[in-house]
Amino acid sequence: MEIQLNELKTQALEKIAAATDVKELNAVRVAYLGKKGPITDLLKGMGKLPAEDRPKMGALVNVVREEVTERLEERMEILEEQAINEKLQSETIDITLPGRPVRTGNAHPLTRVVEEIEDLFISMGYEVEEGPEVEKDYYNFEALNLPKGHPARDMQDTFYISEELLLRTHTSPVQARTMEAKGGEPIKIICPGKVYRRDSDDATHSHQFTQIEGLVIGEDIRMSDLKGTLSVFAKKMFGDDREIRLRPSFFPFTEPSVEMDISCFKCGGEGCNVCKKTGWIEILGAGMVHPNVLEMAGYDSKRLTGFAFGMGPERIAMLKYGIEDIRHFYTNDVRFLSQFERTEV
Amino acid sequence: MLVSVKWLNDYVNTQGLPPAELGEKITRAGIEVDAVIDRSEGLSNIVVGYVEACEKHPEADKLSICQVNVGETVDQIICGAPNIAAGQKVIVARPGARLPGGMKIKKAKLRGEESNGMICSLQELGIEGKLVPKAYAEGIYVLPENAEVGTDVITNFHLDDTVLELGLTPNRADAMSMLGVAYEVAAILEEEVKLPEITYTEAEEEASSMLTVNVDSPEANPLYVAKVVRNIEVKESPMWLQQRLMAAGVRPHNNVVDVTNYVLMEYGQPLHAFDYDLLETGNITVRNAKTDETITTLDGNERKLSLHNLVITNGEKPVALAGVMGGANSEVSKNTTTVVIESAYFNSASIRSTSKEHGLRSDASSRYEKGVDPNRVIPAAERAAQLLAELAGGEVLKGSVIFDELKREEKVVTVSPDFINSRLGMKIRFEDMLDILNRLQFKTEAMNNQLMISVPTRRQDIQIEEDIVEEIARLYGYDEIPSTLPEAATTPGGLSPYQLKRRVVRHYLEGAGLLQATTYSLTSEKSATHLALKPTDLTRLLMPMSEERSTLRQSLLPHLLESVSYNTARRTDSVALYETGSVFLKGQDELLNEEEHLAIAMTGLWLDNSWQDEKKAVDFFVMKGIVEGLAAKLGVELEFERGEMDGLHPGRTAFLTLEGRRIGVIGQLHPTEQKNRDLKTTIVLELSLAELFAEPTEELVYTQVPRYPSITRDVALVLSKIVEAGTVEKLIRSAGGKLLKDVRVFDLYEGDNLEAGKKSVAFSLTYFDPEKTLTDEEVTAVHENVVQTLVESGAELRS
Ligand SMILES: [Zn+2]
Repeated sequence: MEIQLNELKTQALEKIAAATDVKELNAVRVAYLGKKGPITDLLKGMGKLPAEDRPKMGALVNVVREEVTERLEERMEILEEQAINEKLQSETIDITLPGRPVRTGNAHPLTRVVEEIEDLFISMGYEVEEGPEVEKDYYNFEALNLPKGHPARDMQDTFYISEELLLRTHTSPVQARTMEAKGGEPIKIICPGKVYRRDSDDATHSHQFTQIEGLVIGEDIRMSDLKGTLSVFAKKMFGDDREIRLRPSFFPFTEPSVEMDISCFKCGGEGCNVCKKTGWIEILGAGMVHPNVLEMAGYDSKRLTGFAFGMGPERIAMLKYGIEDIRHFYTNDVRFLSQFERTEV
Repeated sequence: MLVSVKWLNDYVNTQGLPPAELGEKITRAGIEVDAVIDRSEGLSNIVVGYVEACEKHPEADKLSICQVNVGETVDQIICGAPNIAAGQKVIVARPGARLPGGMKIKKAKLRGEESNGMICSLQELGIEGKLVPKAYAEGIYVLPENAEVGTDVITNFHLDDTVLELGLTPNRADAMSMLGVAYEVAAILEEEVKLPEITYTEAEEEASSMLTVNVDSPEANPLYVAKVVRNIEVKESPMWLQQRLMAAGVRPHNNVVDVTNYVLMEYGQPLHAFDYDLLETGNITVRNAKTDETITTLDGNERKLSLHNLVITNGEKPVALAGVMGGANSEVSKNTTTVVIESAYFNSASIRSTSKEHGLRSDASSRYEKGVDPNRVIPAAERAAQLLAELAGGEVLKGSVIFDELKREEKVVTVSPDFINSRLGMKIRFEDMLDILNRLQFKTEAMNNQLMISVPTRRQDIQIEEDIVEEIARLYGYDEIPSTLPEAATTPGGLSPYQLKRRVVRHYLEGAGLLQATTYSLTSEKSATHLALKPTDLTRLLMPMSEERSTLRQSLLPHLLESVSYNTARRTDSVALYETGSVFLKGQDELLNEEEHLAIAMTGLWLDNSWQDEKKAVDFFVMKGIVEGLAAKLGVELEFERGEMDGLHPGRTAFLTLEGRRIGVIGQLHPTEQKNRDLKTTIVLELSLAELFAEPTEELVYTQVPRYPSITRDVALVLSKIVEAGTVEKLIRSAGGKLLKDVRVFDLYEGDNLEAGKKSVAFSLTYFDPEKTLTDEEVTAVHENVVQTLVESGAELRS
């Protein structure tokens, strides 16, 4: 029986060594160690042995069984690892294939510019005010020191709906309305919105465009405050090394009135095609609120003074991004719009 | 305003500054110089030639072979101008010459004949066609007989000049004249102004012996000055005068008209010359027009006059539309021998309304509209008389015929130096202020720390203290103003809840993959109410530029769909755009009811991972999912109600309601609408943001994360096709009671294995009790009840 046992062991160990995968090895386990396997059979046949031989024989069978089990486990470990490796090998992918795109949209470039300006002024304590696009002649013109028949009304060709109703030509009526509503109290607002002028659409003109204006009214507001505020704006919007310069100009609702140029952000002031070789780029109009405008809205112009400024987001976007045709903003070509996805922060 | 620098130097010494530098100084002081134009740019080697002989080219009808004496030689030049003739002095561009636009003249052969240069028109020298005297507009320019052969045309005929193009703001009407610009430049450069010296010999006879003047409308015409000049010879003006006018953008006509235009440019005072004999009556009466009166103006148009048009008459009929344009019936011509020069002050509002009414703007009206200097009316008349005496050989009758009720006091503005400095945030010294006012030639008295400033009548824009602040600041230099920030207490600033919600919507939609678009508010009458949620009466412009942009939109969708079509026509097949903007509805109010809307339009694929073969076209449910997500974001409960709208697919349209109010619509475009727009399947949404945002947002309250598991049971039903899943869902929810947490459709089948007219819908029901772990029995009890209810309502369980 001992001989039979050793033969069995040799056989089992050979088969274990020969097994090439987990499945084969499991078959060996069942074949030799299973309930119907030869080792179990041997144990069952021990009853036929003399009583004194049984313990010795039992121990011998157990030794063989343990050895076979141990070798089997060892082999199993190797084969399992081999199996995993094979699986990993077969699962290798081409990581250069494109990813699944995350579909995202983005803001219109004008929204992008307007929000950037809004956020800058909000951080300086301004509130955002809006108003109707169809406006009364009074708020669009008269309250802004532009009575009927004033020559400066020619500066803005107006779409009238009736004698008294029009499409606003600037966002300034929002200022007039806010001043009237605030009843003589200090103001710090920024007013973005759509405006309309009787212009033929071409590469540089649009009958509809956007504006963003600011208004500050308070005690002792000086022209130097206007200059300082605009300087902060220019640096935030166009870069820290921007310089500004003011040039005298004319708007009926401000006195003095100025236009603000910034040093060219492309050439730094040396002269290039963006700044038309002048080194400066005109960005916005501004001025000290005209006393007539203050008085009409119920402010005491001797006690409170203010400044106002206004600019065109189209122009800013065109300058900033080098957009060549204003009509792009209203055509909504996806190949145009989707270029404004990337952040600049 | 176009300012010849050479001409300007008649009145002020520009210190020999290069024109660009002079322009920069003017700009920085307040009048923007839009362009600096070198009149001789690109011109060289252009001389006076004498046409000794001229004959037709044997091979070409329109060409002439000319023998031209150019000084050193007599050259053969082929010329194509119709007005070329022997005996003319002409402008010759010699071989090697350059003309504007980089054109270089070379020896050439034209139809076999040699040509050594080119005989030039003024246009070829870079002068705009509309400024070239009519006689030479279609051909070459003929120089005066005394022009010296072989000499340089550019220097001898004043083309070596630079023109500054001023972009004048409406307040600076004072700079609409050479003298006005001279005052400005003098203030900037600290120079003196030299006024023209006016001297001429008067005839014995009084002007008043030939002419009487009556003014019936003194309010509109408080000052009228007339001078009479006789024995004049109407002819071409001398070259210097023609060139100055052309430099100023005025076309030369004849010496009389040219003199009135020259003085207009010089003084800013419009003048008019009448043919005295054509006036017929020896009388001028200024009055308002009568009903049914007409006048044919110099531009050849007959104009029907209205009662408030001011007219110049000969006592009987109109001979000029006052301050705007002369009448053809009294026009100066070659035959004129005696002229009446009119110099008047007309009320600006009167001229403005007449000019606007007749759609007629002239150099005269544009100056009257803004107000002329009352103190230049008489000097301008004298200046014209002098020039007519000099250039037309005229005899100026003694004195003028004048009607004068015009007040011409100088405005006095009183301002304190402290006021000026506090407005500017500067510390300008008192002496510096006085110096600047002096340079501006504003007479100033200083008293009790106040400046009393007499503003010359030429500067009618200076009215209040703030105007003085500006004058001081602009000449002191805006660069000197320091940069400060307002000293008032800081305020918080920020966006309103409405504005914040607008940004939430924007971020959500962009996160969902939509691009933001912007379209025009003005549209055609036809599309103004198309796809509108709440169409009202139309709002049309009084004077639209085109029918396309004549009416305010009541829906964002028509233009947004145009943008979609624009893209698909350019091979972008998948487009998903959104726009937020106002629609304009008629309401009770005087103002329109402007309501901010959101519109979305999508076509093509929603998902497209081509190599992984995952494609999903946009459909109604993609849009519905976007809206549902938006509602969830804003914490509002939107309901979807089946509906129909023109332009949308009748079976694939739903209205959105909020608290019972209809606030939006989603749907697939009607196949016909799609075809008309050249679109494939397109899904749209329009929604009132104003209504959506009107709901107050509730505070966000946290609910505890569930501690007990939930249990899910499915039920598959066979239903009649007309039964809506939403109806069944409501039934399930009511039968499921408290423990039923969630119901969702997880399968829809409409296929062959089902009876005709049936569909199968499978729901997944989630049961949950926040207090404890549910047992199988508890769930089964509730679920059985749900199933029972469904079966009782006619649903069939699918096995
Ligand atoms: Zn530059």
